[in-house]
Amino acid sequence: MLTETKVFGQLGDLYGIMAEFDDPESLLNAATRAHSAGYREMDAYTPMPVEGLAEAIGFRSNWVQRLVFIGGLCGATGGFMLCWWITVIAYPHNVAGRPLNSWPAYVPITFESMVLIACITAVVGMLALNGLPRPYHPVFNVEEFARASRDKFFLCIEASDPMFDLDATRDFLKHLNPREVMDVGS
Amino acid sequence: MEPEDQDSKAVATLDPGPDKVIGPGHDYGTVTDEIGGVVFRPFLKTPPQMFIGFACAFLLVNLFIVAVTWLFVRGVGIWGIVIPVAWGFAIVNFVWWIGIGHAGTLISAILLLLKQDWRTSINRFSEAMTLFAVACAGMFPILHLGRPWLAYWLLPYPNTMWLWPQPRSPLIWDVFAVSTYATVSFIFWFTGLIPDFATMRDKAGNPIAQKIFGVLAMGWRSSARHWARYQKAYLLLAGLSTPLVVSVHSVVSFDFAVAILPGWHTTIFPPYFVAGAIYSGFAMVLTLAIPVRRWYHLEDLITMRHIECMSKVMLGTGLIVAYGYAMEAFMAWYSVDQFERYAFVNRMWAGGYWWTYWVLILCNIIIPQLLWSRRVRMSVPAVFVIALVVNVGMWLERFVIVVTSLTRDFVPSSWGMYYPTVWDWSTYAGTIGVFLALMFLFVRGLPAISIFEMREVVHETDATHAHGD
Repeated sequence: MLTETKVFGQLGDLYGIMAEFDDPESLLNAATRAHSAGYREMDAYTPMPVEGLAEAIGFRSNWVQRLVFIGGLCGATGGFMLCWWITVIAYPHNVAGRPLNSWPAYVPITFESMVLIACITAVVGMLALNGLPRPYHPVFNVEEFARASRDKFFLCIEASDPMFDLDATRDFLKHLNPREVMDVGS
Repeated sequence: MEPEDQDSKAVATLDPGPDKVIGPGHDYGTVTDEIGGVVFRPFLKTPPQMFIGFACAFLLVNLFIVAVTWLFVRGVGIWGIVIPVAWGFAIVNFVWWIGIGHAGTLISAILLLLKQDWRTSINRFSEAMTLFAVACAGMFPILHLGRPWLAYWLLPYPNTMWLWPQPRSPLIWDVFAVSTYATVSFIFWFTGLIPDFATMRDKAGNPIAQKIFGVLAMGWRSSARHWARYQKAYLLLAGLSTPLVVSVHSVVSFDFAVAILPGWHTTIFPPYFVAGAIYSGFAMVLTLAIPVRRWYHLEDLITMRHIECMSKVMLGTGLIVAYGYAMEAFMAWYSVDQFERYAFVNRMWAGGYWWTYWVLILCNIIIPQLLWSRRVRMSVPAVFVIALVVNVGMWLERFVIVVTSLTRDFVPSSWGMYYPTVWDWSTYAGTIGVFLALMFLFVRGLPAISIFEMREVVHETDATHAHGD
């Protein structure tokens, strides 16, 4: 078990306590145990997506797909209405006696507009829900944290958690078999 | 820039053989270093082939600038286009380039949905290829406009003339399809890069590189919540791109199929164009990946398995294309339509371009049959040559479709031949230069293989090993 703790940033304003792990399995295990111990305000940091990790820290969200669905619907409606408005209202043109509202011909543009708006919504929505772009974040104070984008796995229990207690939480994390436990200032 | 290889273990760059997607001995750190190392290599340590390749591409870029400037000064009359062959090289090249782009989307989207493990080390690369190919494709219809500076008239926007584009026309569908495709390809590519930008930011020794990658990473901090949303968004992008790629080339084929011209007016065009697009796209991925893999010693990340799988896809889509050719000929005969029949007689032996048809059959149907042999698929030089042959063949296919159909329409008085001028060739060669120059810059400046997805491959490979032991 680890006994010492590294400190990063200004501790007067503690952001949380972070534990570092070597592989995704230990992190997943630690996250599951932290969640069952009652911690809620926490986040895990991994160099690649790890299956089941978001669920383990109690994160559930369906907003990306909802936004994409709404975006797709708006795109399709907009594309169709654009074609309809051009051919029926703005610039009516008799082509071989066919009706002005020649909807089958609008299908390609309707489809393309749907895909375009849905894709833009997917990415912009994902970034917005993630709170990005955000150049500064307290976790970046941790020197070791540069390896979260390389080969190390981190779990951070945040000071805003109602169960958070500096010593108890630190001890709890040290019992989870981490490589290191660090205090993160903000 | 400083090399950042201190903590990476030396990994022997050996090809692990046709059944592995990654070489032995890799961990999360070594894949990061090997891929990131390409970007952080000191400028003068760039492989000399890259300098030579870029210099050649840059010469062609200059040729392109000259050709386009002259085009803007003198107009489209400098090209060989005439009435009846008003489309000429510009449209041949447009369809060729956009087809090449499709393999990138196929690899990144469809193979992601199908969970193909060999997709990972080539997807980033092929997405970049898509982006640059679409950029080249998009230039041609605009250059082909009599007044390219009025290209924005193609878009529906409120204007003082109170004129609107015709949304019943495939040409306007094309505007929507190609611009959507370009935008979505860019979004897909950029989204895939965000976590790798963060890796590059954290790895960069040089403060300027760190700032640039930092801005591009937008503060990505690899949080599990972020990954969860990210994966969902990425999967949705893949799901949306899959029908998009099919729709784009179908719409391109409508440009022809909706016209009543013999040789164009056929319902097989959409599926046959899509298969041809994938065929030529895989050929282009192989043409680019084989040299880069060798120059940067990435044989343990782009393995024989990748090359063999791509060869198989090429063989498969090539056979669909062969079926398309056979059906076109069969339908011409079966229709008992004298104009359709004549279009084929003209295409195969009676017209001035008969030899292009047979070279096309040789390049697209006969030579690729060699890929049935495993020995040929396992030989990198052989696959490279076949890929080049298919690139040529697919270009000829578009030439045959566009030019031979236009030279002979219904009334003999409107028949005419088309001969490309030096400016046609210069513009075409110029876009190849633009494409290659952008590819060289991309490979040098950005992680050409998706690092975070390679870490997932490492993780999965470790998990299988643990089970096996």
